[in-house]
Amino acid sequence: MSHITKPRVVHPALEKNALGLTRRDYEGRMSTLCAGCGHDSVTAALIEAVWRLDVEPHRAAKLSGIGCSSKTPAYFMSDSHGFNSVHGRMPSVAAGANAANRDLTYIGISGDGDSLSIGLGQLCHAIRRNLDLLYLIENNGVYGLTKGQFSASADIGSTTKRGVPNEQPPIDPVLLALTLGATFVARSFSGDKEQLVPIIEAAIRHDGFALVDVISPCVTFNDHVGSTKSYAHTREHYREVTETAFMTPTDFVPLAEEITADIGAGQARDVKMHDGSVVRFRRVAEDYDPTDRDGADAYVRERIREGEVVTGLLFIDPDSRDHHAVMNTVEEPLWDLPFEDLCPGSDAMEALMSNYR
Amino acid sequence: MTTARVNDFAFKIGTVNGTGSASANGLIMQSIFRMGIPVSGKNVFPSNIQGLPTWYEIRVSASGHVARTPIFDLIVAMNPATYARDIEELAPGGWLLYDSSWPMADTLKRDDINFIGVPLAEMCVSNFEKPRERILMKNIAYTGVLAALLEIDLDVVRTLLEETFGETKKHLLDSNFKSIRLGYDYATEHFDCPLPIRLEAMSENDDAIIIDGNTAAGLGCVYAGATVAAWYPITPSTSLVDAFTAFCARFRKDPETGRARTAIIQAEDELAAAGITIGAGWAGARSFTATSGPGIALMGEFLGLAYYAEVPSVFFDIERVGPSTGMPTRTQQGDILLLAYASHGDTKHIVLFPADPAECFEFSVKAFDLAERFQTPVFVMSDLDIGMNDWVVPKLEWDDEYTPDRGKVLDADDLEKIEKFYRYLDVDGDGIPYRTIPGVHPKGAYFTRGSGHTKWGTYTEDSEEYLEVVDRLLEKIDSAGAHVPSPKIRSRPDAKIGLVTLGGCDGAVREALGTLEADGSRYDFMRIRGFPFSEEVTTFLESHELNIVIEQNRDAQLLSLLTLETPIAKDRLASVRVYGGLPMSAHHVITGVHERLGIGAQAEGARA
Repeated sequence: MSHITKPRVVHPALEKNALGLTRRDYEGRMSTLCAGCGHDSVTAALIEAVWRLDVEPHRAAKLSGIGCSSKTPAYFMSDSHGFNSVHGRMPSVAAGANAANRDLTYIGISGDGDSLSIGLGQLCHAIRRNLDLLYLIENNGVYGLTKGQFSASADIGSTTKRGVPNEQPPIDPVLLALTLGATFVARSFSGDKEQLVPIIEAAIRHDGFALVDVISPCVTFNDHVGSTKSYAHTREHYREVTETAFMTPTDFVPLAEEITADIGAGQARDVKMHDGSVVRFRRVAEDYDPTDRDGADAYVRERIREGEVVTGLLFIDPDSRDHHAVMNTVEEPLWDLPFEDLCPGSDAMEALMSNYR
Repeated sequence: MTTARVNDFAFKIGTVNGTGSASANGLIMQSIFRMGIPVSGKNVFPSNIQGLPTWYEIRVSASGHVARTPIFDLIVAMNPATYARDIEELAPGGWLLYDSSWPMADTLKRDDINFIGVPLAEMCVSNFEKPRERILMKNIAYTGVLAALLEIDLDVVRTLLEETFGETKKHLLDSNFKSIRLGYDYATEHFDCPLPIRLEAMSENDDAIIIDGNTAAGLGCVYAGATVAAWYPITPSTSLVDAFTAFCARFRKDPETGRARTAIIQAEDELAAAGITIGAGWAGARSFTATSGPGIALMGEFLGLAYYAEVPSVFFDIERVGPSTGMPTRTQQGDILLLAYASHGDTKHIVLFPADPAECFEFSVKAFDLAERFQTPVFVMSDLDIGMNDWVVPKLEWDDEYTPDRGKVLDADDLEKIEKFYRYLDVDGDGIPYRTIPGVHPKGAYFTRGSGHTKWGTYTEDSEEYLEVVDRLLEKIDSAGAHVPSPKIRSRPDAKIGLVTLGGCDGAVREALGTLEADGSRYDFMRIRGFPFSEEVTTFLESHELNIVIEQNRDAQLLSLLTLETPIAKDRLASVRVYGGLPMSAHHVITGVHERLGIGAQAEGARA
């Protein structure tokens, strides 16, 4: 197989964003994933989010590891820089790229195999660094390209197509991220674009590491009865803990106005992000505070015990400081600093040499 | 009895690690250096924090020989646990200085050496109050004894201590100098000072410095303009990034905001360090990592990716003894083949072989230029001996005319002018495509893949399309042979035998040449400084009946690489190898060469 080029047909009536680009301008090559794959829906949500955010395509970097999920950066934003790296190691490549150029929008796409087994260490340390990156896991509980082995996110009792149950406890990326100090943690479902798009928008604008775990069923190897990552099982056990709306500073509508128009007070809460964008939580589950890490952790654990697939923007730290803030690096991208600011020169060398006598 | 030898002897100091002896030993080395005498120091230390034996070897050589010598004229035995070994290693007629606060067992004594007992511990106990001082000052006191025995200039010692402690730590200056005087006075009172082996001021070091290779390489990275460093701690490479960090604290702060112009990232492992280095190189920064053999082994997959995706990046390998964790604090050149072909599949890499700290500096700058010119990972192969030991080298200099060679990068203006950009297209026919920096211009965007890609930068699983790219990569890497540092060659008229070496063996081989040629034999000498090999390497090999390849590993890796990568016939190569973990000495080379040539009855061979 080579590649499939998608003709770019732009209808004049298509809606344009602030950059004058249509959604089509954010598309990529034709997907070569199986028909009905959850990942393609995630791709569609990503396209919608970056279009809404007016991301300049060439100012975005899409990075991935290896696996079905890691193929998807080819399927959106053709005019962006892509890096399909090695299995489980995308976080380190993203860390290096981000260190060199903090001005780009970094989108990392991974899967449950790529993130929770071979890449678990790198995921953990990217969280610890609070790398300014959207880290999206397309989570289906199986290895697809190698034909259906369990991944580390498979639930106990979930079965393979042949009926063999998984007996090892799963690694839940949401609980892991909360434990490790992630500053933005969300879960969604590929089948719920309405929920997913604002989460991705907020995740991209978040100043730090934003983990978005998306249950994204594998139609070929893990969509049968007995699987806990199937479309049917996910829909049946779906519990939306928070409903979020994302507003950039320009389209921000004060809460009071919206409450009158739309929902009841007490059920809504705004969290302001560092660039002035606002995440508005609505119809939040009772007693749920998405800025309380311990509370979020306890709640999610409890609902998981009840067999629910907990979704929504589950935790956000509005005071997040990303890796550059911690390293106290200059505002300018490091790669572009003028050489004279980097090289101390001959006089400094001469002076330095007296230290070695 | 040893005859008088001025500025030509070797001694070593055996202590227990973690007792502060390093500063005393450094002081001795530096004092001799300041006296203008060529000197070299080798630290033989354990993989341990406190309590195990450690030795510091100092060689003084008026003729400037810097290689390690295994023969010692004087040993300062401060560690009773190694008395037996230290006494055994002493040359006949030599001197053993020990702490006579406790008696030495008669069974240890040798008739053919001289014992110099100084009650160092007793002296320090009766002259210092604090327990910590009493221990530390014992080391400084033997410096005083040595000053008397060897005629180390006390004024120089005093000056160095003043520079170290300055005005602010006057009390430390006083206590240090007090203990030096204790040792010095005791020695002059009880022994014939100086010994027949002694020092005499020269003026050989006016334009020289004492520096280790890791510090020099770290400084090279600063001067080359590297802005991203990623690393995972591993002996013996750690001090390279430590040095880089310290230099960045001094030279890389925005003068107005105080913010860093460098990102130094301690990674979770070497895989991540490689990934960060490659990610940063991809995004346009000069980036590097420093590691040792085990780290390179872990970086294997990423190195293949960077080779195939053509990402500039610099990797320092400060070798230690392998395999696996090996002997982490001993030296070896065991990674030559690993570096040349690192990773899976068809790969070949540019490797630079510095011989001393001065070349560590020079080659680290060169490595970044080559990495960007050829858009590929570049290795700088150093080792524990070069990286962590103190070497006297000419002062480092910097040419302000230097500008970094960023290679074939299209900037926004270039991209504006072209119709379409293809990342992997060989436009100029030199095997090197153009690259872009992400974010610079909409036309510059491309998709980077470790998996198959066509010359147009698109995905492929097609044989022909893959071959086009992978064959071009070979052409590209091979063309780098003309750009790596050229070999250092010394020719004699009519020499039929060539001695070939690399890296830190340089001093031992050049010193050995003097002895080897004493009988009228003639040898040519070549030190290879880079891979892929240049034409000069092949020409040298082919112009000799026999080439003896001298290196520090068991499997003759440089010799193997020469047979693989040059047309030289195997029977025109012979091998001398030293790989026991200690730096090579001239003695090894002489013995080994003679053995290969069937000269003399050489019993031991070259293994040490």
